Amino acid sequence: MPESTENILELTNLTKRFGGLVAVDNVSLHIKRGEVFALIGPNGAGKTTLFNNVTGLFTPTAGRVVFDGRDITGSKPHQVARLGIARTFQNIRLFDYMSCLDNVRVGRHVRMKAKVWDSLFKLPWERREEERVTDEAMELLRFVGIAKHANQYARNLAYGQQRRLEIARALATDPKLLLLDEPAAGFTPQEKVELMQLVKKILSRGITVFLIEHDMKVVMGISERIVVLDHGEKIAEGPPDEVRKDVKVIEAYLGKSA
Amino acid sequence: MSNAAKARPTLRDRLNIRERIRDRDTAVYGILIIVAVLFPLVTVYATGGTALVSHATRAGYWVLLAIGLNVVVGFAGLLDLGYAAFFAIGAYTYALLASPQLASSPAHHAVHINFWILIFGSMLMAALFGAILGFPTLRLRGDYLAIVTLGFGEIVPQLFYNFDQWTGGINAVGLIDQPLLPAWIQGPWSGDGDFKIVSPFSFNTDPVAFYVLVCFLIAIAVILVTNLYRSRLGRAWMAIREDEVAAAAMGINTVTTKLLAFGIGASFSGFAGAYYAADVALVSPDNFLFIVSITVLVMVVLGGMGNITGVIVGALVMYYLVFYLIPGLPENATSLASSIGLGSLNQSSGDWPGLGEETQRLNFIIYGGILVGMMLLRPQGLLPSRVREQELKHAAVLEEASAVEEGARA
Repeated sequence: MPESTENILELTNLTKRFGGLVAVDNVSLHIKRGEVFALIGPNGAGKTTLFNNVTGLFTPTAGRVVFDGRDITGSKPHQVARLGIARTFQNIRLFDYMSCLDNVRVGRHVRMKAKVWDSLFKLPWERREEERVTDEAMELLRFVGIAKHANQYARNLAYGQQRRLEIARALATDPKLLLLDEPAAGFTPQEKVELMQLVKKILSRGITVFLIEHDMKVVMGISERIVVLDHGEKIAEGPPDEVRKDVKVIEAYLGKSA
Repeated sequence: MSNAAKARPTLRDRLNIRERIRDRDTAVYGILIIVAVLFPLVTVYATGGTALVSHATRAGYWVLLAIGLNVVVGFAGLLDLGYAAFFAIGAYTYALLASPQLASSPAHHAVHINFWILIFGSMLMAALFGAILGFPTLRLRGDYLAIVTLGFGEIVPQLFYNFDQWTGGINAVGLIDQPLLPAWIQGPWSGDGDFKIVSPFSFNTDPVAFYVLVCFLIAIAVILVTNLYRSRLGRAWMAIREDEVAAAAMGINTVTTKLLAFGIGASFSGFAGAYYAADVALVSPDNFLFIVSITVLVMVVLGGMGNITGVIVGALVMYYLVFYLIPGLPENATSLASSIGLGSLNQSSGDWPGLGEETQRLNFIIYGGILVGMMLLRPQGLLPSRVREQELKHAAVLEEASAVEEGARA
């Protein structure tokens, strides 16, 4: 399958219904390896639902999700994470009463090998693995710029730092594809610029980025291709400049002009 | 050569004694160890008897139970209201396999397995039942799980009542074997003057022997649970406690992780159960009622959920309250009244039943009042859990990182 090596994620006719409500309606899209792909759309357009279908929190009503050449439709969240999709959440979901370091080390969980017996008796290789993971976690905290807060509870961080910590935690799972759900929500212009730099740094690690974002400056600034959702349907797809001029997109955001 | 000698950290550096004393957990453990060593010496010397040591041996299994329940409730955040069931399973495993009981059962053969083997057998048995209970129920969340465990906690003692062919039911299992220590060498320190080999040492309901045993069991439990707490699995438990959805999205298999919490929590209860059966030498279904589960839960919450030292201290404080202070109140109130010249209060007259009797009646109000007061004053527990400042190796890295970040900002 030649496409599967080029496209890291392919959604085919993805549909999710909740009772009578169609949250995601027959959406097909593909994300190329190594690009920044953005999903935009008005509130309630079904963007987060689409994310949840990809990461296994929801099972799609119809359609297929193919990741890295593998059909992952209906997989469990932890299986999806193991395969290499990591995500952040729109309303930050950190482990509040754990230190920042531990939050990131939890992200490393899926790449660790220690079994119950190894941990119970603190066997030498378990100890070495712990040390290595601690170093890797510190490295990631430094990467997102919050290393000095390593020993604080995650809940005590400032809002922007919490978003960074969520990204560090997601990166700790060694993802091939990183889903960011409104990473710049509530950011100051300065923080948005820093975020865009961070996304570029993540990209340079060879990780594909798939983001949901409202802020047009951020979206236009970093993404190579954009898909626009409205009422669960895909209404436009293409590079930022084209999408910005698309009549349907303008209508969806600003309402129909008379 | 001299450089290499300089680079090698001195013993004092390596032990980090100052940091360790400043670390609250280490300080609490230090105090607990000192108290544990001094307690039998002081009490036996002061009272001339072992009644207080005997109390301490009982307190010991509550500490074990609290350490085990803390894994389930404190680490993984699963509310378990039927924890006494696993305690019962552990106790009965030892009681049945190390007593004459099975001779009068359909098996017609008494089984006497060594305590040191069975204590692990009881652990495994309790863990097995933990997994059996956990498997179908762990998909439930929060309150629903609590109700199911509550039901399990009610069913198990009933089963031990009703399978009276095997368990003796209401008549309890008695004559339970005492732990034996293998043959050892006696020397001048025993006051005998000669070296000789003594035949296996039986605990023979000696409180001091059981006290030493339970101290060792607690030490083992603390080491194992601490190891788990600071491991991949421990972090996964806490992640599930904090946010199950996020934990799953980070690649944690929530079902198996919760199952492990249940199984491992239950196994410590089985551990405590075997010890309990040997210590008390009489196991009856009445010893495992709902109140036991609740008392352990109160110990965990009051001590500080998720913090091992807190839970130990909570268990000791609660034991002192429930089994020593409160039952002793009527007698103490009576003697206090007579010693300060209010002896007339001790006489019953009219509606007044006498101070001792009245205190007896108010026992539970006093107990409840103390609990409410403690929770109001310290809702997070006596020793709440905190971020561990143990990444000493990274202290330097932290400073360097903050310097770099400051620099970048400036």
